[in-house]
Amino acid sequence: MTDAALPTAQPSLRKIVEARLKQRHAEEQRFRLYGRAAIITALLFLAVLVGRIAAQGYTTFVDYQLTLPVYVDPARVQADDLSGANYDLLIADQTLARLGEKDDELGTKSGKLMELISTDLGFQVLMKVKADPSLIGKTLQITGPVRADGQLYYKGEMKRATDETERKLDNEQLGWLDKLKARHLVKSGFNISFLTKSDSTEPEQAGVLGAIVGSAMMLLVTASLAIPVGVLAATYLEEFAPKGRWSDLIEVNINNLAAVPSIVYGLLGLAVFINWLGVPRSSPLVGGLVMALMALPTVIIATRSALKAVPPSIREAALGVGASRTQTVFHHVLPLAMPGVMTGAILSLAHALGETAPLLMIGMISFVPGVPQGFTGAATVLPVQVFIWENASERAFEERTAAAILVLLTFMIIMNMAAILLRRRFERRW
Amino acid sequence: MLTWVALLALVLFSGTTYVAARRKVSVAAGGLPRNMHSLPGYYGAYVALWTGAPAAFLVLMAALFGGRLEDALLKVQPPAAVAQLTHAEQQVFFDDVRAKAHDLQASETVYEGPLGVALAAKTAQARQLELLINYGAVAAAAVLALSGVFLALRRIRPDFRARNKVESWVAGLFIICSITAILTTVGIVASLVWESIRFFQAVPIQDFLLGREWDPQIAMRSDQYASKGAFGAVPLFAGTFLIMIIAMIVAAPIGLFSAIYLSEYAGGFSRAVVKPLLEILAGVPTVVYGFFAALTVGPIFRTGFHALGETMVGGPLNGVGLYLMAVQNQMALVAGAVMGIMLIPFVSSLSDDIINSVPQSLRDGSLAMGATRSETVKKVVLPAALPGIMAAMLLAVSRAVGETMIVTMAAGLQAKMTINPLDTVTTVTVQIVTLLTGDQEFDSPKTLAAFGLGLTLFGVTFLLNVIALRIVQKYREQYD
Repeated sequence: MTDAALPTAQPSLRKIVEARLKQRHAEEQRFRLYGRAAIITALLFLAVLVGRIAAQGYTTFVDYQLTLPVYVDPARVQADDLSGANYDLLIADQTLARLGEKDDELGTKSGKLMELISTDLGFQVLMKVKADPSLIGKTLQITGPVRADGQLYYKGEMKRATDETERKLDNEQLGWLDKLKARHLVKSGFNISFLTKSDSTEPEQAGVLGAIVGSAMMLLVTASLAIPVGVLAATYLEEFAPKGRWSDLIEVNINNLAAVPSIVYGLLGLAVFINWLGVPRSSPLVGGLVMALMALPTVIIATRSALKAVPPSIREAALGVGASRTQTVFHHVLPLAMPGVMTGAILSLAHALGETAPLLMIGMISFVPGVPQGFTGAATVLPVQVFIWENASERAFEERTAAAILVLLTFMIIMNMAAILLRRRFERRW
Repeated sequence: MLTWVALLALVLFSGTTYVAARRKVSVAAGGLPRNMHSLPGYYGAYVALWTGAPAAFLVLMAALFGGRLEDALLKVQPPAAVAQLTHAEQQVFFDDVRAKAHDLQASETVYEGPLGVALAAKTAQARQLELLINYGAVAAAAVLALSGVFLALRRIRPDFRARNKVESWVAGLFIICSITAILTTVGIVASLVWESIRFFQAVPIQDFLLGREWDPQIAMRSDQYASKGAFGAVPLFAGTFLIMIIAMIVAAPIGLFSAIYLSEYAGGFSRAVVKPLLEILAGVPTVVYGFFAALTVGPIFRTGFHALGETMVGGPLNGVGLYLMAVQNQMALVAGAVMGIMLIPFVSSLSDDIINSVPQSLRDGSLAMGATRSETVKKVVLPAALPGIMAAMLLAVSRAVGETMIVTMAAGLQAKMTINPLDTVTTVTVQIVTLLTGDQEFDSPKTLAAFGLGLTLFGVTFLLNVIALRIVQKYREQYD
């Protein structure tokens, strides 16, 4: 050491060290930059993902409603055969006349116009006439959506500039759409029907209500099974079970179950619940059962860590004043661990809400119009609805898929926020 | 409906017995709690449990298995006309009987002569049996409940150890709940193994594991299903492996560096902002990633490669250019990259935990010796955390292998042996979904193949998880 401190040797060593130090600091800067770049990349992905889906989906929430006076022509609607009349054609013919067009004998023009007007309008006329047959011969005001392709044109997603053969509507149909708009028969507004209607084969009539209700029913089954069973199992393992090979086995088992691919749970549900126990296919009940099994390990792990966080002094104090072990746990330990337990439970339910793969195995991908009837009836859930619409061929379903994702993400974020708030509000540090 | 009414009645009835037992013991103890062994509520709970629990169990069992009991009883001694039918026709016949009895949609089979008579007779019998089972169960439940009250109420005295009895009920409940976790594993293994054995009877196991041709469609022809190669799963394993590797190439560096930055450099504020955002990324359902991959990333990559190919065509790389012009949306690269994005928060949060659990003293020692922070991370923290990080990567691999929705929506269906990321490949999970969605005979090898694939998938992920969890546990003990 003393040699190195000699004045003659100092400058060169110092130079070396300084040069090296510069290099090391540069390296330090680079390393920090890598870390920052990694985080920025990850957040960028999130922004692009959410931004892109929002951009694809927000147009769903605007829709174009057509308001037409419909003369219920007694020549075409017979009172004794109300369902037999073609209301769509009736509306198309009258609208064609209103637009000042004359149809040829084959009715090609009215056929083309029918491609612009949703079948919902004809259905509404039928329902009104059925409820009150005296309406035959009178004129009704009917409001219903423009067909999906027409909506795409109004929203600017189908352009006139595109070659006529490349788009679904021809120039004549686009001209009609412009005329309808110019005569103020078409109004745009907030698309509430997307949230109040269920799945349909017609994109402009399809909504997510059925899927939301299905998800809620499925989660209800999941919550009412997974939370009590999970909490009790965790309490037993943490507070009562003698520590030994048996409890070790259960612990290893639970940790493994938490990492089993979700699709395997779907296979289990198919083999055990549907084929062996005969639970109805594609029902919220069987979906909820499978999701409960999937959520169970997560609930158990969360509950155990919440119970571990309760200090032993609480237990000792309760036991000291004469409470039994069961009373100690139920009167003191569990209530104190409740915020942590509920946080874990909500997070696992949020996960179950977004899970899709196992539900495909148990037949939840069938087309279900309307709101599910009961826990054993056919139902669909939000993420599966997304999958079904993603596979649909109509271009108009694309924006609906994105919009359904937005609804799904909203529910997920609400649940996650609830969990975070719960943790913030009630978390206690001992 | 009857089940719900019966359960509601049971709840009300046991509520009443709860009150009655409490009152009885209070009166017997002269209204003084110190004369009783337990709090009065425990006496009530004891009686209410003996009243409600066995009866409710019976009612639920009847609701769950009543239908199967009815079917089994119906099939005993079928009428002569029915007995002559083939097995499949008998099945249809009994399905129609059930449908008629429950006013459901029957098949369009026409039953004439003796068969028609048999159908009517069996339908009537089915209706009778249903009534018998339902009301029989309710009556039995009522008897159970009443005898429960009778026996339990008689035992109630102030010195009766009611609390201990109730607590042993609770202990039983605890054990049942804990066993559910074991039963789930047993259920998974049993169902997968059982169906797989049936599959391997039709297709030899070595053909499945080593065969290089996957074409389950061929299996629809009954004379060919056991022929060599139709169920060779190697291309699926190759496709799964390719997509997993691409995903890990994306996720491992980004996730690991995020974790290092968050735990070693980031201040309190950026940690508080970034961590929840990463948690959101982790919470996004996989079907959303699938949609993103299929409709955004796929087309972008394709147009990118097409543009790149156009510049190359006619030049020295003409062949490559032509190939790039022909790539499709559904390439392995798209599914792999999006899966990588999905795995970033998973890798980062696991690695973050592990890096945080490296004792601070190691860092302090290194910094005190004059090492810079990055040197401390590279030479001290990472080597110490290495086993844990390896375990985290293994868990991520296990997630990637088992991930379903992204590959179902963004990867293809063609089974190919390739390491070209621009090619379409298919994976084990995609094939399970394809084989099991839609209506198939449950017994055909095509459907059973899904269980064979499921068993393989479960085996591989189970092995990865066990190794990873072992490493994490060992590693934790090292520093505790």
